[in-house]
Amino acid sequence: MKRIVTAIVHNRSGVLNRVTGLLAKRQFNIESISVGRTETEGVSKMTFVVDVEDNRKLEQLTKQLNKQIDVLKVSDITDNAIVARELALVKVISNPQIRSEIQGIIEPFRATIIDVSKESVTVQVTGKSDKVDALIELLRPYGVKELARTGLTAFKRGNQPQQAEVKSYSLLN
Amino acid sequence: MKAEASVKEQTATKTGADLLVESLIEQGVDTLFGYPGGAVLPIYDAIYRAEGSFDHVLPRHEQGAIHAAEGYARVANRAGVVIGTSGPGATNLVTGIADAMMDSIPLVVFTGQVAKGVIGTDAFQESDIMGITTPITKHNYQVQNIEELPRIVKEAFHIATTGRPGPVVVDIPKDISSEVYAKDVIHHFHLPGYQPTLKPNPLQITKLHDALKQAKKPVILTGSGIIHAGASEELRTFVRNYEIPVVSTLLGLGSYPGSDRLSLGMGGMHGTYAANMALYECDLLINIGARFDDRLTGNLKHFAPTAKVAHVDIDPAEIGKNVPASIPIVSDAKAALKALNNKEVTSLDHKEWLDQSWARKADYPLWYHQKDEDIVPQWLVKKVYDYTRGEAVVTTDVGQHQMWAAQYYHFDEPNRWVTSGGLGTMGYGFPAAIGAQLADLESTCVAIVGDGGFQMTLQELSVLQERGLPVKIIIVNNQALGMVRQWQEKFYDGRFSSSIIDTQPDFVKLAESYQIPGYFIDSPKTLEEVLPDILANDKPAVVDCRVLQSENVYPMIAPGKGLHEMIGVKP
Ligand SMILES: Cc1ncc(C[n+]2csc(CCOP(=O)(O)OP(=O)(O)O)c2C)c(N)n1
Ligand SMILES: [Mg+2]
Repeated sequence: MKRIVTAIVHNRSGVLNRVTGLLAKRQFNIESISVGRTETEGVSKMTFVVDVEDNRKLEQLTKQLNKQIDVLKVSDITDNAIVARELALVKVISNPQIRSEIQGIIEPFRATIIDVSKESVTVQVTGKSDKVDALIELLRPYGVKELARTGLTAFKRGNQPQQAEVKSYSLLN
Repeated sequence: MKAEASVKEQTATKTGADLLVESLIEQGVDTLFGYPGGAVLPIYDAIYRAEGSFDHVLPRHEQGAIHAAEGYARVANRAGVVIGTSGPGATNLVTGIADAMMDSIPLVVFTGQVAKGVIGTDAFQESDIMGITTPITKHNYQVQNIEELPRIVKEAFHIATTGRPGPVVVDIPKDISSEVYAKDVIHHFHLPGYQPTLKPNPLQITKLHDALKQAKKPVILTGSGIIHAGASEELRTFVRNYEIPVVSTLLGLGSYPGSDRLSLGMGGMHGTYAANMALYECDLLINIGARFDDRLTGNLKHFAPTAKVAHVDIDPAEIGKNVPASIPIVSDAKAALKALNNKEVTSLDHKEWLDQSWARKADYPLWYHQKDEDIVPQWLVKKVYDYTRGEAVVTTDVGQHQMWAAQYYHFDEPNRWVTSGGLGTMGYGFPAAIGAQLADLESTCVAIVGDGGFQMTLQELSVLQERGLPVKIIIVNNQALGMVRQWQEKFYDGRFSSSIIDTQPDFVKLAESYQIPGYFIDSPKTLEEVLPDILANDKPAVVDCRVLQSENVYPMIAPGKGLHEMIGVKP
């Protein structure tokens, strides 16, 4: 099962190495990791999308993360109401003739063309991972020259619905 | 302990190394195990200038230093302190760091590092010790600024010795240890992400107490968490109150008196029949401070299949890791036992279970065939036990002799048993005995080692020579890598690939070259004549004791088998 786990970490040198090393050592399947600074000086946030077998494995993951001295807080936010976004840059082979065709494809995704050359355009798309996946699939027939994804970053919404409703907001199952 | 405390302190002109020395003194450190080199020259200079502040133990290899520090930590129940230089000095410490991590031994390890400006350039004797030790430390630091050095040392000791203990590495670039510093030092203890849970949740204690009242077949599993917590007294009270049989892990030996009637001995791969069957058949398993290691549990499918499991551990990540617990208790063992002992004592309805356990203990004792001409290794350990009246501090190496020591030397007190459990590090036993003896100069300290393992770190004989430390080294010499030989006999049709060592040094001459008395014993008669005095006198000794090579460690649970599938239970 896929889970979104966030870790608030003390931004000391080596913390990224310690956290990723521990996940590798314990053989957790990581789909993506994103890291960045937060509103608090010296504190960063990591967002992991992990694929774990069962709840026991998941519990191990959060416990092992929590055990690290520089990890301040670990949350599995999969079942909360969350906002989750990923950014992707896709360089697609295109000549002037098909550029407008591509424009048409990306529009419903609210993606934008941020760079143009004679043989290619670069599309920027932001959204949930499945939306990003879908757009990439649509662009693939034109020839994807280069693709870069940031991995998911996420946090809880300002308003959390009652427990019973929570599931329907879940992003990944 | 409060996680934040600020102390400002006026200091005169000092180097970073002086700050380190001061910080060590402030931590109450009086014994250091270390080896000098380029990157720690400023530190060694500061130690020299702080003459009289420390007993600095100079081993003959950094691995010797760190195992000695581990032995010291085990017996003294406080942090062992190690210093090594950058590059090869630091990498020579790696085995000991990994060993301490596996067995939760509190160590603070200082490594020198090349100057900050050249880190990352493959400078002379540079190694990425942060990268290398990250997976095998509880935490590690590289000091980036001189002013943070006192804070880091404070944090390092706090982290190493509290919660679940473990090794902490502090990497100090040479320019920082030699930098002259004259400003205010700010000790700013700041560990918001580290708050071990020390007190048990009262609800879980009540749950355990209720489960206890229901239990017909309860058993207690004692791990080294009890020893770390200093909870042996509380454990005795608890066991006495309810009369529950006790099984120990390898590292938990001594937490409950091994010679007591309620002790069933060690469980696991080479555990006793009574202990393993108690784990297999119990209806309530109370694990206090053990981590359900695979050498204890055997095949998990057959581990305590009908039991309700209560698991007390200070490390929440251990609970539910290998064996699901229906009563999880995150707590220091002492606090949990105290809370349990505060509950009303009721007598249990478990007479049948007790009788059965005692009957098994009597009917299936550990066994060996005594020989007239040859020394049987089990008998050798038994003799060491008898001659030291069970009061020695015993260290071991890794292999068959280790298991026999665990089986036949009954520890009645904690902090007397020093062995490498989780990592199973050959070469551990003898240097660990040096540290153990330094931590307890009054007791007889016996290193029970194999002929193989002893040869991995025997250069430390120099330390005995230098200090006249009366460590007794008993080489259980089967002229083989016995444990490997045993597995090859059992599981590889007797193809003894690289496990028989016919060529042996003359250990007596070797000892004598270090001016240590050496003895060669190859018959039971000689053993009975000379061993009592060797163990009683105040001199070190190297005893080359030739034992029967063909002996195997029994009982045994073969890999993949369950607790109830022991072989070699009876002669
Ligand atoms: C550093 C290291 N290398 C290899 C092993 C694998 N090993 C485990 S026991 C053993 C044999 C040890 O022989 P010896 O020290 O003579 O003890 P014995 O089993 O004969 O009592 C070996 C090679 C180990 N545990 N540690
Ligand atoms: Mg041997």
